[in-house]
Amino acid sequence: MILSSRHILNTALLVFLGIIPFLTDWMGDSFYTGLVARILILAIAALSLNLLIGYGGMVSFGHAAYIGVGAYCVGIGAFHAFEDGVDWMLNGYIQLTAALLGSALIALIIGAISLRTRGVYFIMITMAFSQMLYFSAVGVETYGADDGLTIYSRSDMLGLIDLNDEKSLYYLIFVSLLVVLYLMHRLVESPFGNVIRGTKSNEARMRAIGFSPYKYRLTAFVIAGTIAGYAGFLMANLNDFVSPDMMHWTRSGDLIIMIVLGGMASLFGPLYGALAFLMLEELLSSIPLTIGGLHVGEYWQLIFGPLLILIVLFARNGIDSFLPQPRKDP
Amino acid sequence: MNWLLLLEQILNGFQLGLLLFLLAAGLTLVFGIMDMVNLAHGSLYMMGAYFCATFTGWTDSFLLGALLTLPAVFLLGVVVEMIALRTLYARDHLDQVMATFGLILFFNEATRLIWGPIGLVIPLPDFLNQTVEIIPGAPYPAFRLAIILVGFFVAGLLYFIVTRTKLGMLIRAGASNREMIGALGINIRLLFTLVFGLGAALAGLAGLMAGPILSVEIGMGESILILTLVVIVIGGIGSIKGAFIAAILIGLIDTVGRSFLPEILNLVLPEASASTAAPAISSMMIYLLMALVLAIKPQGLFPPKGVGR
Repeated sequence: MILSSRHILNTALLVFLGIIPFLTDWMGDSFYTGLVARILILAIAALSLNLLIGYGGMVSFGHAAYIGVGAYCVGIGAFHAFEDGVDWMLNGYIQLTAALLGSALIALIIGAISLRTRGVYFIMITMAFSQMLYFSAVGVETYGADDGLTIYSRSDMLGLIDLNDEKSLYYLIFVSLLVVLYLMHRLVESPFGNVIRGTKSNEARMRAIGFSPYKYRLTAFVIAGTIAGYAGFLMANLNDFVSPDMMHWTRSGDLIIMIVLGGMASLFGPLYGALAFLMLEELLSSIPLTIGGLHVGEYWQLIFGPLLILIVLFARNGIDSFLPQPRKDP
Repeated sequence: MNWLLLLEQILNGFQLGLLLFLLAAGLTLVFGIMDMVNLAHGSLYMMGAYFCATFTGWTDSFLLGALLTLPAVFLLGVVVEMIALRTLYARDHLDQVMATFGLILFFNEATRLIWGPIGLVIPLPDFLNQTVEIIPGAPYPAFRLAIILVGFFVAGLLYFIVTRTKLGMLIRAGASNREMIGALGINIRLLFTLVFGLGAALAGLAGLMAGPILSVEIGMGESILILTLVVIVIGGIGSIKGAFIAAILIGLIDTVGRSFLPEILNLVLPEASASTAAPAISSMMIYLLMALVLAIKPQGLFPPKGVGR
């Protein structure tokens, strides 16, 4: 394989992300490690959603729900360990298993019903299901309802890795991102991935050559949901906090923005998108400009909203279109 | 069971349902005719409430304020359509979701900049700020009754426009086959702009009527937007009739469910768990209904004729 400039750029980005904790140590400001860790977790979720949107053409508008399910598995475990002394519920492997199985099961149920619909109906029904989960989290008083749950002790990984150490947690997240990137790469290039991509471009033709798209779509839906659940497991441990707000439909909207911002048809797109989205938020909200006593930075969404429209109108493939393009095989 | 309370809740259900219908009518037309996902419809509803609060303050009269609000929101809708949305019709749904999501952010932030972060109050004139006894022994707020009457009136007017006028004929034709009416020499651009403006004015009307009973605040458009989307999806996208029936249905289920579900759950569950489960279940109920409808009829209850997209 000849290394293209695209490969070099992507590798450079990953190397840069890999040395972030040491860079921030050197700068003496560990705030940025937490920020980048959050970006990487959202990138993992966005990568999983891109399997549906970018490769499968299924615009799921409720992906934040699975992040919430994963996160609540950690939150509820920590809650019972702290309040009732149920120690085994703090076990990270049990929490992780619950997060993965829970999000997979919920994705299976939601997907099985939603995938019967198409187009706008699919967008709306996935959003409705995520709102259902949002409201059920709001309604459960035991687990903090609206206010959410503070996690007093992070998942106990039984000495294999100490999540209370910020560096270890960062590297767990970073390695997870690498694994998910590799997984997505293999998945998209596999026969399964070809069927998914084929049903996006021409469903009738896929049927004609003997595939039943429903099963493949549902499998992709469950895979994406499970990975998002894993992202939720990481997110709860990073934030020490879970709340229904993680599942709100606008959070799902944020994930879609990341994908479109980064470029849908590429493997690394969601990663670039997540970086760009949160960097823009950080940057715009700290604009040191004051007009007539008003801090411009405080109203950053006033700039971000129209920027989003301009990106949709004029940069159709997002950031990806500004990066060196892969060589086409002759 | 308390029958007077039930009756009052049914009236409240109609009132919410008719508000939802005003929003859903505009949204379902935009969806149906232009095949366009417009998440910013809730922002127009919010602007209706804010405009009305401002105009009422200027004129010292709620009715004058309301009358000024309608053309203002119509114009706002037309401007938004011409600047931002017009180029999006030919794009796929994902682009539309993104761009109109951007519009929501813009409107929310612009509102915070202009009117400040604290909510506003729309004062009602005395004749609306009292109760009437439609049924002896059951006083009902006059303003809520007025919403029901206005809602039914506008629904009737809309029915007349859609079924009996030339504009309505074009709207119906557009909902079943966009390309064909373009090919027949109809100025689609103008029709789209008009329909969008009309939808905006209806959303503004809903906003100005909801303003005095709910609160006029940033983000008020988003929670009701989701309800409206549920309504048009259940009703079948592009169908005014479907939107009406689904809106009333959702309004009734949501209001009556919220007030009576705790009692019903009490029959089967211990009181403590019933009172915690009831709010969650009643917020979820309409989404359950939507999931149920779409699982059985993926095109909604009343898909417009000739939809084969």
